[in-house]
Amino acid sequence: MTRNPLHEVAIVGAYNTRQARTLDGETDLSIIHDAVQGVLGMAGLSQGDVDGVNIHTMRGGLSARNGVHILGGHPCWTGNAEMGIAAVMEAAAAIATGQCHTAIIASGQAGMYTDRSATSPWTRPSNEFVECWGLYTAAEFALIAKRHMALYGTRPESLAEVASAIRMNGARNPEAVYFGREVTPQDVLDSRMIADPFHLLDCAMNSEGGGAVLMTRAERAKDLALDPLYVLGGALDRQGMAYVTPPVWDKYGYVGRRAAELTFGQAGLGPADVDVCEFYDPFSFELIRQFEAFGFCGEGEGGDFVMDGTVRVGGRYPLCTNGGIMSFSHCGVVQMLQKVISAAQQLWGLYPEELTVPDANVVMISNGGAGALFNDTMLVGREAA
Amino acid sequence: MSAPERGDIPLPRPTAVSAPHWEGCRKGELRVQRCDDCEGYVFIPQAYCTHCFSEKLQWVRSSGRGVVYSCTTIHRPQRQEFEVPYTVAIVELEEGWHMLSNVIDCPHEEIEVGMPVEVFFREMSPEITLPMFRRVEGAEIVPPSRPETA
Ligand SMILES: [Zn+2]
Repeated sequence: MTRNPLHEVAIVGAYNTRQARTLDGETDLSIIHDAVQGVLGMAGLSQGDVDGVNIHTMRGGLSARNGVHILGGHPCWTGNAEMGIAAVMEAAAAIATGQCHTAIIASGQAGMYTDRSATSPWTRPSNEFVECWGLYTAAEFALIAKRHMALYGTRPESLAEVASAIRMNGARNPEAVYFGREVTPQDVLDSRMIADPFHLLDCAMNSEGGGAVLMTRAERAKDLALDPLYVLGGALDRQGMAYVTPPVWDKYGYVGRRAAELTFGQAGLGPADVDVCEFYDPFSFELIRQFEAFGFCGEGEGGDFVMDGTVRVGGRYPLCTNGGIMSFSHCGVVQMLQKVISAAQQLWGLYPEELTVPDANVVMISNGGAGALFNDTMLVGREAA
Repeated sequence: MSAPERGDIPLPRPTAVSAPHWEGCRKGELRVQRCDDCEGYVFIPQAYCTHCFSEKLQWVRSSGRGVVYSCTTIHRPQRQEFEVPYTVAIVELEEGWHMLSNVIDCPHEEIEVGMPVEVFFREMSPEITLPMFRRVEGAEIVPPSRPETA
């Protein structure tokens, strides 16, 4: 079998800036500057060592092609893929095919969201077949969850267990926005209803911050400060007009299944080989759905699968070990990259002991979910496949 | 339960492609596109058939009857102009296509997946009449059936 060129690429830095509900005095660019310096420092590299760049912001007007100037303006390959798995896979392909040898992916968001009286501006649709009915992101994901609950009897207690497990990780992570804020399943069920079946604590929060990932060729990675981590596989599933097409379960309920099968196939691994799950966690049900879509359990079994401590640190498949976008941070498109960062930091043993998964070798990452009609997956590991 | 009926919510801005749908609503008809070649229904409105790429799309009138495919009662509004609570639903029409709308004139806790509903029209402005859904009185809940996958 031909060797997958993806496995010649390594992640050698993964850095988060300070995260907070609001970062007063900061801008997208000042946060990105922090992220870039931080990730280069982790690897012991300087800006001149980088010849591949994907730096862009969601709303700050910084395109990927112009973001390259932050590195000083020397000639570079630039990526255009969305932050997160898409950007990492694109950069890995560029490195594997010799278009660049060391690539940085970074984004940041600050000074955006101040009106907390209703939903965040970017979660509101403008489409003529969505906006007038009062939908927004939570409603789209709720429509997915409610269908599953009607089909399979999935209970709010399972959703609450997921949200509590993730939030308890954030409570133990000093870098999390909600550090120290412990949440039990009952707390989730007792919090006020947002969009049935989602209570306030079933939903991700909003915050500000930045992050960056640094990648290079595997043979070069061996000389750098941190152990190289390998991209074992990755794939993208995109199905629709996100937040326009009605999220019909029969058609979109298992978005991500194809991506997961391709990802596992590239790695020669299966769900049983995964030690940690850094999945997209916008709403509690979305984690239950992803366990089914990715093949960790059967269709309709996700509600039972997540119970009994399975998804807590110390259980078989710990979820979102940094606290996820429910508790760690949820800043614009950076959050998609932060799933990759969390996987790397977990494998490097950078988390507090109570969040460290002993002997973890393989982490599965996801971006996107059924309410958004896309779901990307990636596997990162200590050893090349 | 009358929340979404207020006039100051954001109203649709029809496009050249969608205008026949909204014109139908003004005339009390729920219109959807249907493909002459593959007989598939297309919604939201498109310039060509998303099932088979045919350009032979015709506007036809839906029966306006269907069931609640999924629903969520909203307690935190999209905008303050929406009075909470209100219920958003995906309605599966008799012809097999799906659309988003509101289910009103029914206590929110009684709205559930599989509930038979029918369209009715609410004039919001001289240009825009919205298709909304209400329970079909006396009709039985249709339990959802699992998709044929796995
Ligand atoms: Zn057709």
